[in-house]
Amino acid sequence: MLKVTDLHKSFPDPKRRTTQHVLRGVDLEVHPGQFCCLIGHSGCGKSTPQHHGRARCTRPGAGHPRRVGGHRAGPDRAMVFQGYSLLPRMSLLANVREAARAARPNRTKAENDAVVERYLRAVGLWEAKDKRPAQVSGGMAQRAAVARAFAVQPRVLLLDEPFGALDALTRRKLQAELMDLWQHEEVETEMVVMVTHGIEEAVSLADTIVIMGNPPGPSVVSVMDVALPRSRIELEGAQGIAHRAAQQQLLGYLEIPAA
Amino acid sequence: MTIAQDAPVRTRFPKLGLGGGDGRARQVALTLGWATVGAAGATAIPGPVESLRRLGTLLWYPFYDLGPNDKGIGRQLALSLQRVGIGFFFASLVGIPLGLFIGANRRAWMAINPVVQMLRPVSPLAWFPIWLVVFRDNSQAAILVIFMTALWPTVLNTAAGAGSIPENQRRVAAVFKFGRLAYLRHILVPSIVTGLRLSMGIAWMVIVAVEMLSSGTGIGFFVWNSYNADDMPSVLASVLIIGAVGLLLDLGFLRLAKAVSLGKAT
Repeated sequence: MLKVTDLHKSFPDPKRRTTQHVLRGVDLEVHPGQFCCLIGHSGCGKSTPQHHGRARCTRPGAGHPRRVGGHRAGPDRAMVFQGYSLLPRMSLLANVREAARAARPNRTKAENDAVVERYLRAVGLWEAKDKRPAQVSGGMAQRAAVARAFAVQPRVLLLDEPFGALDALTRRKLQAELMDLWQHEEVETEMVVMVTHGIEEAVSLADTIVIMGNPPGPSVVSVMDVALPRSRIELEGAQGIAHRAAQQQLLGYLEIPAA
Repeated sequence: MTIAQDAPVRTRFPKLGLGGGDGRARQVALTLGWATVGAAGATAIPGPVESLRRLGTLLWYPFYDLGPNDKGIGRQLALSLQRVGIGFFFASLVGIPLGLFIGANRRAWMAINPVVQMLRPVSPLAWFPIWLVVFRDNSQAAILVIFMTALWPTVLNTAAGAGSIPENQRRVAAVFKFGRLAYLRHILVPSIVTGLRLSMGIAWMVIVAVEMLSSGTGIGFFVWNSYNADDMPSVLASVLIIGAVGLLLDLGFLRLAKAVSLGKAT
């Protein structure tokens, strides 16, 4: 289980001599097997917990994200960024291979190559593995970034608006692929935490949605569970209605007038 | 230093641009032009036929050694390359760490940059007499000139390369826990190797000039000596050789850059 208790984060604003309290006491619980979305308006700080959690790039003011439960060898988390963040001078294959090798130094070369090949095949990039990021489309680059994260075989997968830069069709496709990967492949990844500003995206993918609000109110406005079967892209009938109802509910939380 | 996106401004290392255009037409035009000049100047500048024949002769006996003023072109080239190599090596040894330091540290940059900017426009050849007085040895003074030639571009390009590593590449390194070695190989070195290539190009140009001044050995001396002996075909042949060697050095660095950056050397 991933547990965050009372996480605070402030950035000083030297020009106005004030402090910006980005995170004001965030509590968060993600259980194994859960897909959790953080959603909110721009600037509400929804990416910040990840930025802290993943690499200590930013230090929290107080509070702590904590993984509760049994230990396992290997890294806890891997991340997919909004900008694909592939290293531009390396092939897609080298990008995935070198990242996996750095994050999992205990694997043998053969083991690592096997895992890398498996995930590159899973996202349909094995044919294009020798291309460099600039030579492929945005969708392919982001697929490579997804393969890179999965190839690390992390317990928690962090996604920071991963499909935000893609066109609607590609986004839809990649969402489905992501769910497929997570559910059908024998992955070690137990939890997914995704930051998004897409209402549809959140409702189609998440089991639990954390709605975040702007200052000066509390950071977490509400937590909403979505109890619908997976693969919601093509839901029909009663389930389709429930799906739309969930979207309306989420719009309400975000104080956006329903269309 | 504000590159936010991955979408690289330059996706691959610049090609040499040898393959572009109509190569054959260019060659014919160049040779015809040369032949015309050679004919017009009557005897002063030899035409392509004579020069290429001389080039063949020079390359046929590359390593003969008939005393200090008469050595084969291969020997002269080897001496020049050796000087460039040593000077360049030490320039990298000093310049890369210095460049990394001032690239990562704003205050160091502010402190060192004015000094570099003041010394950089000084022609490296101007230092030559000073080093001659210090060392009393042509060859060592020439190596030091090469050192100074290669040092400034290495420092500045390394600093620029290290300072302009995009934020998201650093994030990748942080998230995937790149070790020191992986960071060096995949992120830092690819961003500075282009600077080294430029330094090498300049060093190769300057060595010819230094050796013309130093009058002793080396390809530059060979050119000057041929001129003094009124042996223009050899001068032209040497120009071709110098160009070819410079091209090979550049190609070598391109290869190196590719090998390093594609992560092929596993």
